[in-house]
Amino acid sequence: MEQRSTRWALGSWTVLVILFLWLPLGLIMVYAFNNSNVQSWPIPGFTTHWFRVAWHASEVRTAIWLSVRAALLATGFALVLGSAAAFAIARFRFFGRETVSFLLVLPIALPGIITGMALNSFFVFNHISLSLTTIVIGHSTFCVVLVYNNALARLRRSSPSLLEASADLGADGWQTFRFVIWPIISTALVAGGLLAFALSFDEVVVTFFTAGAQNTLPLLILGYIRLGQQLPIVNAIASVMILLTVIPVALAQRLMRDTGVVARGTAK
Amino acid sequence: MSAINPELGAPDRPLRAARLRISGFFWRHRWAKAVLLLAPPLLAFGFVYLASLGALFISSFWTVDPFTTEIKHIWNIDNYRTIWDSGAYRSIALRTIGIAAAVTFTDALLAFPLGYFMARIASGRSRTFLFVAVLLPLWSSYLIRVYIWRLILNEDGVMNWTLGKVGLPHLHLAYTNWAVWIVFSYVWLPFMILPVFGALERVPHSLIEASRDLGAGGFQTFRRVVLPLALPGVIAGSIFTFSLTLGDYVTPLLAGGRPGTQFIGNVVYSSVGISNNVPFAAAFASIPLAVMAAYLLIARRLGAFEAM
Repeated sequence: MEQRSTRWALGSWTVLVILFLWLPLGLIMVYAFNNSNVQSWPIPGFTTHWFRVAWHASEVRTAIWLSVRAALLATGFALVLGSAAAFAIARFRFFGRETVSFLLVLPIALPGIITGMALNSFFVFNHISLSLTTIVIGHSTFCVVLVYNNALARLRRSSPSLLEASADLGADGWQTFRFVIWPIISTALVAGGLLAFALSFDEVVVTFFTAGAQNTLPLLILGYIRLGQQLPIVNAIASVMILLTVIPVALAQRLMRDTGVVARGTAK
Repeated sequence: MSAINPELGAPDRPLRAARLRISGFFWRHRWAKAVLLLAPPLLAFGFVYLASLGALFISSFWTVDPFTTEIKHIWNIDNYRTIWDSGAYRSIALRTIGIAAAVTFTDALLAFPLGYFMARIASGRSRTFLFVAVLLPLWSSYLIRVYIWRLILNEDGVMNWTLGKVGLPHLHLAYTNWAVWIVFSYVWLPFMILPVFGALERVPHSLIEASRDLGAGGFQTFRRVVLPLALPGVIAGSIFTFSLTLGDYVTPLLAGGRPGTQFIGNVVYSSVGISNNVPFAAAFASIPLAVMAAYLLIARRLGAFEAM
């Protein structure tokens, strides 16, 4: 066991690093209520004016709507492709299995600019004009892996003999899926889907290359920040977004905790 | 479970019979199921993602007509030669790799004691609390976390206000490489903490006890038992911090924003977005790609993939 002084030092370090992570997030919440246009510290006074302005700005609404549609579609694709791949990798042994799982992880292992550039030149190459579809394709590449990882982790902890038992008891494929596989995997899929949605909604590096002239919410914010315009609105949107991303991630975290009967036997 | 489940139909119903036949087919031909499951993701990835990477690589050997900005399909290595010969591009590449390394080192330094505390000292609820406290910033908007640091590091921001309060002189960090380094270290820190925590959590307690029984002191046990076992976790984290820094253009743009803070990503970004020179951008983007490929190979040797 560590000495008392070591534990104390490690504890203080932990507190400092956690503060380092969280103080800036708290700060933006304070700035969101800044009643001055000038972004300096300390802020002269408080107002909720900017939340109203942001809420009514049509540019912001259009961007949010585009981001939501892109994130929903990308999450949908990710759920289908990611869970299919996870089932195949978890249940079958075949030649090139490692290569397939490596391929799926590649979009998050490679720098985002490579994925963005590559897709951009692919679309230009094939004369595909940049639109919502191309944004969704770009986001799907890295959202698939989130669903895949979550589903695979859950499948690996469940025993394949459950499926055999189900078949022995006379269930057909659909019934096995409905009454055995689905209860095992549903929360993992929801968790993966929530993470995929959160990542897609927030993505800017790949999106820049696949969005063309349209603005998703992060692209709009990036434009505002670069030009130094509308910064009070940016602060307001930022603090709402921080609060909103907390929800899906906290939910996903809860859902991935071991709950079912299945996990209990095999988990450590 | 109830004795009769209404959803489990008897075999004589036609729908149920058809489902049993399909199930039987897939039971006898297991490969058919595998093919059915794998085909959609593989086709999607093969035809879009891999084809894109291929197109990117090929286009780096083409040129752009300087007057019409049309891509000309003439095979040459001029793009690569320009990058190699130009001192400016070389220093941008070196800056990118250098800051990526510095960020990785900083994050490892910040993360290790925290990971150690989470894995070996904190328990139960405080560990869950710390885990969530690290995880949430990771998922809150990247762009906004970069932007916040502009507000902090500005001349009249929180940092200089605090320094003034404690009687220290103002620092001029805004829009410098220092700012880029700080912001990168901040945004990628959770990516380092999580695998380091994972690796430290897996170090068996019995090994530490054995080391103490054999007469090793606390420091010796740490250096010769804990550290080697936790190293794959640090390397796994470094893959994220290093790769993400190498490929980024938003942080250098927002936290730096001067010619002297440009990254490879910024040159690529403006080559595509402003001068429409995809071949050159593709050639320059191959540098982080090559660096990452080499790094991943080394990381695999060191067992980092098991620690992810």
